[in-house]
Amino acid sequence: MDYVPALARWLHLMAGVMWIGLLYYFNFVQVAAMKAATAEGTQAGIAKHVAPRALLFFRWSAVVTWLAGAALLGNQLGNAFTLSHGMAGIGVGAWLGTIMLFNVWALIWPNQQKILGLKPATDEEKNKARRVAFLASRTNVALSIPLLFFMAGGWSHRAIFGL
Amino acid sequence: MKNPLDSLWGTIICGLILTAILYYVVKSIPL
Repeated sequence: MDYVPALARWLHLMAGVMWIGLLYYFNFVQVAAMKAATAEGTQAGIAKHVAPRALLFFRWSAVVTWLAGAALLGNQLGNAFTLSHGMAGIGVGAWLGTIMLFNVWALIWPNQQKILGLKPATDEEKNKARRVAFLASRTNVALSIPLLFFMAGGWSHRAIFGL
Repeated sequence: MKNPLDSLWGTIICGLILTAILYYVVKSIPL
């Protein structure tokens, strides 16, 4: 049964790289690129061909990351979420990841659908959606910093940070 | 006051401050 945590850790890392990588792509690259492209009237290419594909991998890799993380925690899942039995470090990471997954599916994706025209919306609704999606995405960038600290520090670097 | 999440540096600083706070919170929880 040691195969389950080993494969879960591998999958958790791969999906996590894709999720957080695309999150950083959106925030460090696409937001600024979209602004510059809108000023030149060339934003359609990004909105039509790039953003929907990036969002597809973004939201599903978030789900896979969470599920693989839950599988990796196994019977320690409860202790992690209750921050008990020495699982507080990884537990905080698990809580942060869960909040970020909620942001992806409840705030970013529904609002991006309006922004990209995948769901009907008035101009006013689109402007509001733009702001909500932007702030939810930026919140996830901020949360990813302690998330990665506790994911890295929760196990292998536990002794160094004394957690 | 400007929202720190409007800038990338503001976002990163928020993340670092939150890391420090959570670090001390976790450290205060007995193993």
